[in-house]
Amino acid sequence: MAAPCVSCGKAVSYRFFLGARVSLAREQGLWKAAAAEVQTGTASQILRLRHTTVVSTKKNIAALRRETYTLDFIKKQIEEFNIGKRHLANMMGEDPETFTQEDIDRAIAYLFPSGLFEKRARPIMKHPEQIFPKQRAIQWGEDGRPFHFLFYTGKPSYYSLMHEAYGKILDVEKHQNQLRAQGLFSEKTKTKDLIGSRWLIKEELEEILVEKLSDQDYAQFIRLLERLLTLQRGGAEEEFVQRFRRSVTIQSKKQLIEPVQYDEQGMAFSRSEGRRKSAEAEAVVYAHGSGRVSVNGTDYLLYFPVTQDREQLMFPFHFLDRLGKHDVACTVSGGGRAAQAGAIRLAVARALCTLVTEEEVEWMRQGSPGQEFQQGTEGMTSLFSPMSGMPAGKTHSAGGDSKAGLWNHLEAFSFTHLVPGLSCLKGWDC
Amino acid sequence: TMLKGMTRLISRVHKLDAGHFLHTGSQAPQNLAAHLDNQVPVESPRAVSRTSESDPAKHGEQHEGQHYNIPLQDLKAVFPHGLPPRFVMQVKTFNEACLMVRKPALELLHYLKNTNFAHPAVRYVLYGEKGTGKTLSLCHIIHFCAKQDWLILHIPDAHLWVKNCRNLLQSTYNKQRLDQPLEASIWLKNFKTANERFLSQIKVQEKYVWNKRESTEKGSPLGEVVEQGITRVRNATDAVGIVLKELKRQSSSGIFHLLVAVDGVNALWGRTTLKREDKSPIAPEELALIYNLRKMVKNDWHGGAIVLTLSQTGSVFKPRKAFLPQELLGKEGFDTLDPFIPILVSNYNPKEFESCIQYYLENNWLQHEKAHTEDGKKELLFLSNTNPGQLERLCAYL
Repeated sequence: MAAPCVSCGKAVSYRFFLGARVSLAREQGLWKAAAAEVQTGTASQILRLRHTTVVSTKKNIAALRRETYTLDFIKKQIEEFNIGKRHLANMMGEDPETFTQEDIDRAIAYLFPSGLFEKRARPIMKHPEQIFPKQRAIQWGEDGRPFHFLFYTGKPSYYSLMHEAYGKILDVEKHQNQLRAQGLFSEKTKTKDLIGSRWLIKEELEEILVEKLSDQDYAQFIRLLERLLTLQRGGAEEEFVQRFRRSVTIQSKKQLIEPVQYDEQGMAFSRSEGRRKSAEAEAVVYAHGSGRVSVNGTDYLLYFPVTQDREQLMFPFHFLDRLGKHDVACTVSGGGRAAQAGAIRLAVARALCTLVTEEEVEWMRQGSPGQEFQQGTEGMTSLFSPMSGMPAGKTHSAGGDSKAGLWNHLEAFSFTHLVPGLSCLKGWDC
Repeated sequence: TMLKGMTRLISRVHKLDAGHFLHTGSQAPQNLAAHLDNQVPVESPRAVSRTSESDPAKHGEQHEGQHYNIPLQDLKAVFPHGLPPRFVMQVKTFNEACLMVRKPALELLHYLKNTNFAHPAVRYVLYGEKGTGKTLSLCHIIHFCAKQDWLILHIPDAHLWVKNCRNLLQSTYNKQRLDQPLEASIWLKNFKTANERFLSQIKVQEKYVWNKRESTEKGSPLGEVVEQGITRVRNATDAVGIVLKELKRQSSSGIFHLLVAVDGVNALWGRTTLKREDKSPIAPEELALIYNLRKMVKNDWHGGAIVLTLSQTGSVFKPRKAFLPQELLGKEGFDTLDPFIPILVSNYNPKEFESCIQYYLENNWLQHEKAHTEDGKKELLFLSNTNPGQLERLCAYL
């Protein structure tokens, strides 16, 4: 305590620095304010100073509860990102002009290899718009008057969107009335193919509007859009509605390429592969046969003593009512007993596609929910997805799992604040 | 799926595809008709699955695939031990014992009917994959021989004698060997039940001294030896040895025909799971029962036949997929048994399969509504791959 206050002061401020550095994205103003407080304290108040510094950080946290990134800050981050991108391109020996985001990702993965399992925890370098959450610009001017006419509703962008949509509906109806008056109204209703797309989810809409919505709001909006769809509409309205639809890719349709093959002795057969967990199987299904199945050269009864595995093998044939009509010779390796059975089942199903009509392929792909199964506990999903009830394998290319992984919007809001700019690299270069 | 399947098949008649589909298309309306008036095909399945011929001696090719009935008193008399446990349960459930007449059994019956009793006993070995029906074929043969009034020496499962034996005593007869009193006494009891009438007829030809106070005189009936073994458990193994020796000696005389039936004969030459107190393993020859049995299956006697079955199911230290004689018997066993007549017991052929399903249906064993449909049968066929054991286990769930 009798120590010189200067060094103590420094010690205190140093400790304070350490404490403050925990949160990276703090403004510098914070530090300056706290440092000013430290300097006002005298030697006799050192102990109390320590307390007050702690308290003062807490107070400052409370004050800055909403972390608003100012527009300048974001702009600066964008500039830094672009410059960093060019530096990175130079480092990797590529052309800075044509350096795309995928190239950036690859470069970062190369320069900062990480063994972390959580992909979102690995180093990333993305455009600041994808890193920092979207915020609304200040919505009122210097005189305090809000810019938007619907500001006092609390959700201006949402209500303005509803207003716009309703306006479009009214326009279309007016147009239709005019046409009817003139007698040029034609009743044809063109139903656009809405199958390949879906409405936006509430989260996506919130993201676009940058405001929180309630479920009823969202439902109301969708109802309005659907009403717009039922009317006859022109191109502009079409475009307006399409903004709110996202396409749904039918994954499993893409994957089934079916070559038909004929081998020696004139027997028609078809060969294909299947994988499940870490078992790989290749099946050769002969078009005409008596239902004999041989696995790795041995009879399937000997290879799979468990009934459940044999049920798995039986399933593709049973589904298509072709139980005794095909011979199968397959090879399988890896995985465990049930995984091998599942892999063979997939391979057989794919092989059967060649020998079977198109609509049956479609039927197989969708599976039919009403199917019963003798002793299996499985419910029915499509033949091309892995055994229902079991998690899909990671390497599983034939997913057909349109239900899985639709929604990874959270990736936009990444946890890590690993800064997109390459300031750290800049430091190392020097 | 059945109805849906039917409608799809009918619609497919119109599509020109491989002639395949046209066939199924044309059959579809017939099947529908068959299912609509359910009672029509009842007559033919009954003829398929059962026969009234209950004497195995008269079974011939025409009975192949059909079940014949064994009266229950006969069952108790002929098979006190020896039926597979699942079959016993089935008998209890259905309240009747029906065995299917199959080709390997018919073949064996043919050979047995033509045995020349002056020649040394011929060895027949039934082998096949697991669950194909070797034990039940053996039982069929035994029933036949019992009807023909042979003396049946039936060891239900030789594997029981080489594993999980509790009390091993040092043999009184020969210090090197070990006794198994429990197993021996159980077997003697069953042997007595099976062959009551012979026990008084056959006389022993030597004097056997059991201990200081008891002995069996020469010329006394074999029944006494058996009694001695049952009552004095300590001497049971020796009693078994004596029985075997006497029977072997006397079968050549022609008073009776002897059938030696051993199930799981590969247990005789292999390893055992038994250990002495000092944890050293016991070889099969050191067990008195096994030693005597080995002498029995040698073909140095005449007046009967030896029917053997290989079995992997109860065997120790043998791989699961082994079923060939060479694999299961090992070199030693194979050389000892050589020459023998191997008879392969295989899975059901379609007729037998159909007959088996009909039998279950008649006994109302298959309760699933799809069980009597063609589709259901095809499923069962695929799942069991026509293996009788598997089929039985599957049907147990339905």
